[in-house]
Amino acid sequence: MSDDDRTRADRRTILKFAGLGMGAAAVPLAAQQTDPIPQPGAAPVPAPPAPPQPHDMAAHAAAPKPAGDAPRFGYVFLDAEEAAFVEAFVDTIIPADEYSPKGTELGVATFVDRQLYSAWGQGRNMYLQGPFQEGTPEQGYQMALAPADIVRHGIADLNAWVRKTYADNSFDTVSDAQRIEIVTALEANKIELSAVPTPVFFNMLYQVTTDGFFADPVHGGNRGKASWKMVGYPGVGEMFADKIAEWRGKPFRVDDPQSILDLS
Amino acid sequence: MATRLPPVDVVIVGSGWTGGIVAKELAQTGLKILMLERGKFQDTNPDFLAPQSHDALKYSRRLDLAQDLSKETITFRNDRGQTALPMRQYGFFIPGSGVGGSGAHWSGLTWRWAEWEHRMRSGTIEKYGAGLIPEDMTIQDWPISYKDIEPYYDRFEKVCGVSGKAGNLRGKIQPGGNPFEARRQNEFPLPPMTPTQSMTMFEAATKKLGYHPFPIPAANCSTDYVNPDGVALGQCHYCGHCTNYGCEANAKASPHFTMIPLARANKDFELRTNAMVLKVNLDSTGKKATGVTYADARGREFEQPADLVVLGAFVMNNVQLMLLSGIGKPYDPQTGEGVVGRNYAYQSLGGARVEVPRDVYMNPFMGSGALGTWIDDFAADNYDFAKVGFIGGAGISAGQNSGDPLTYRPSTPGAPRWGAGWKKGLVEAYQHTMSVGFQGAVMSYRQNYLDLDPTYRDAWGRPLLRLTFDWQANEHKIMAATFATCQRIAGEISGRAPSTATPGRAMAGRRFSSVPYQTSHNTGGAVFGDDPRTSAVNKYMQSWDVPNVFVLGASALPQNASRNPTGPVGALAFWAADAIRQRYLKRPGRLV
Repeated sequence: MSDDDRTRADRRTILKFAGLGMGAAAVPLAAQQTDPIPQPGAAPVPAPPAPPQPHDMAAHAAAPKPAGDAPRFGYVFLDAEEAAFVEAFVDTIIPADEYSPKGTELGVATFVDRQLYSAWGQGRNMYLQGPFQEGTPEQGYQMALAPADIVRHGIADLNAWVRKTYADNSFDTVSDAQRIEIVTALEANKIELSAVPTPVFFNMLYQVTTDGFFADPVHGGNRGKASWKMVGYPGVGEMFADKIAEWRGKPFRVDDPQSILDLS
Repeated sequence: MATRLPPVDVVIVGSGWTGGIVAKELAQTGLKILMLERGKFQDTNPDFLAPQSHDALKYSRRLDLAQDLSKETITFRNDRGQTALPMRQYGFFIPGSGVGGSGAHWSGLTWRWAEWEHRMRSGTIEKYGAGLIPEDMTIQDWPISYKDIEPYYDRFEKVCGVSGKAGNLRGKIQPGGNPFEARRQNEFPLPPMTPTQSMTMFEAATKKLGYHPFPIPAANCSTDYVNPDGVALGQCHYCGHCTNYGCEANAKASPHFTMIPLARANKDFELRTNAMVLKVNLDSTGKKATGVTYADARGREFEQPADLVVLGAFVMNNVQLMLLSGIGKPYDPQTGEGVVGRNYAYQSLGGARVEVPRDVYMNPFMGSGALGTWIDDFAADNYDFAKVGFIGGAGISAGQNSGDPLTYRPSTPGAPRWGAGWKKGLVEAYQHTMSVGFQGAVMSYRQNYLDLDPTYRDAWGRPLLRLTFDWQANEHKIMAATFATCQRIAGEISGRAPSTATPGRAMAGRRFSSVPYQTSHNTGGAVFGDDPRTSAVNKYMQSWDVPNVFVLGASALPQNASRNPTGPVGALAFWAADAIRQRYLKRPGRLV
């Protein structure tokens, strides 16, 4: 099966599921929230901004194929609301610009999903025995939550805050400018979350997102080695014993950095 | 109930540098030797073959070669007034697991410590009087001199194929080497590695400031090499996947291929992996070890009788095993009595970032673990203690280790961490940034120590080891003074000042934090010495209390120096192996 075939197969799968009219419980939560129900006593609800929903798979699949697009993989850990959140988050952290396409186009949301479901995301390598108590900053992380738990709780908390603050929108349905506003406040620890301390959530999702931008494409992100081309990293296949003196002080660059995926 | 196994002559705990060296040295004696390694079996082929071995996410971010913290970790607190809490995810150090131990994923800096660093107390008192040593500072001399250990440093360098330039060859100062170096009998086995742009800039700047730069001694081979045991090492690829990775070229010396296969070539030697040693068993007198108890991968426990037990685990694990087994008197920080857990020390790492001119390209991806240029002008006793008011000093260096952007992401000052402007900062800084780093000595103190945690337990139900540690005034002074020197050098390189601190590193005036990775160079807890009241093992690394137990590794070092401890650790393992083979085995009993 060629890559193109696989792409088509995945698209067919996506379209099939999108068109099946799965039960009400399976309707993405975020989609419901785009039609906010006015609450008694709430301020008048402004019309929500209506950009194409990043999580609207059918719409996405039907859209013209962007240059360098690659297969979609679906999600194994994130539910629909979380997926929408993560897609919006990675595109806020990694927007499309002159340096690279946006995060979702580089597979970063897929990367985040896979990492959260990995042994690491599930806390396999963490010491998670109790008793749990808050320590000093020097003692470091002391919660009973694995990385995936942190992200899950953090998303739910932050979306609850967004709904309250942005007229029943969720993080993925506010405008780009509002998302930047929210992430700026999140980074500055100006939004209080209930289950997870704000810096713990932000740093976790930030780290795994930027890792998805830079990690070898074998892990599902950094499609087309976009970040490596961006900074001029020549990839993992180079041996420099005979180049280090010759190129000292001069820019060594390759057109197509080699990844583990390329070399496997 | 543990299943009792047929006895062996020698049990070696751990397959890292110390266990590996003793195994290789004893394997030809014809004794029945069993090596127990807690981690998995691994070898260059297939485990470290490229390209999979260059997976930065797997090895550098997720630390695939490190100890499984879900099973065992340590607890930490800054002082005795706090409740120690577990290190729940990887923090300030990265202990290795699997065959080769930390020797499989280390960087390769292979120092002989400076002469003064072998006799810090008497060396300081002779020159400055006892008044310069604070009352709570418990530094003590090694029980052996540099001269005693010199041939063993030489052996370890030859095993590893260390690349470097002698600075003091039989008393004659050599151009290009470290003029402060202790007198050595032989040149390094291999010439220095090829310098990077950052190293040449550091060299020029430090020379201009009147300092004495030299190439860091590196167990990353500058050329192909065959060591005295006939083991072939390859030339370093400068691929930038070294620290935290296994080396596909066998250019970074590691016990997994320099020691373990040689030991395994003997039919009476056996390596058993996934074997977690839980305890050294003692007889009813408490003066003799009868063997060890270990758990296999399934958790089944086995009692392995042995006549001789060699502990070659990581610093913390050696000390934990002694405390759990009742070998030696536990240290009591209130009375200052007891020895096991005493004199724990660490190192401070910090530095200054340098922005280099935009027409100079660093190619940060061309690098290796130990590739760097160093100055010793502010280390050991190469400067005036009385004038600066601190002991021990720091080495200062610039090098290039890894430019994989997963973990190497310099940015322009003030650039945002995400969104618009973020990528611009990365693109502009990636090729035009270097850093001037320091590695500071840490003295030992009455209040910095290791003991067993009263609350937290490992997967086998054993108390975790508890670390109580903080920087003291001497170390704050080292950090502050050395950071200023790094900034001065950085300014000389970039032509502008001041430069900013390297993020995530030690900073003078702040408490020690267990959170960011700093270095794996933990020392002490089972220090060697001449006096059983202040040392857990004698000069041959033999337990004073249980003479058929030897405890090897950095746990024996009475305080830390301003340079990496693997050189002394390797040399002392050869030293102890000689004593075991030539003296102990002929007449088992106390060697001192």
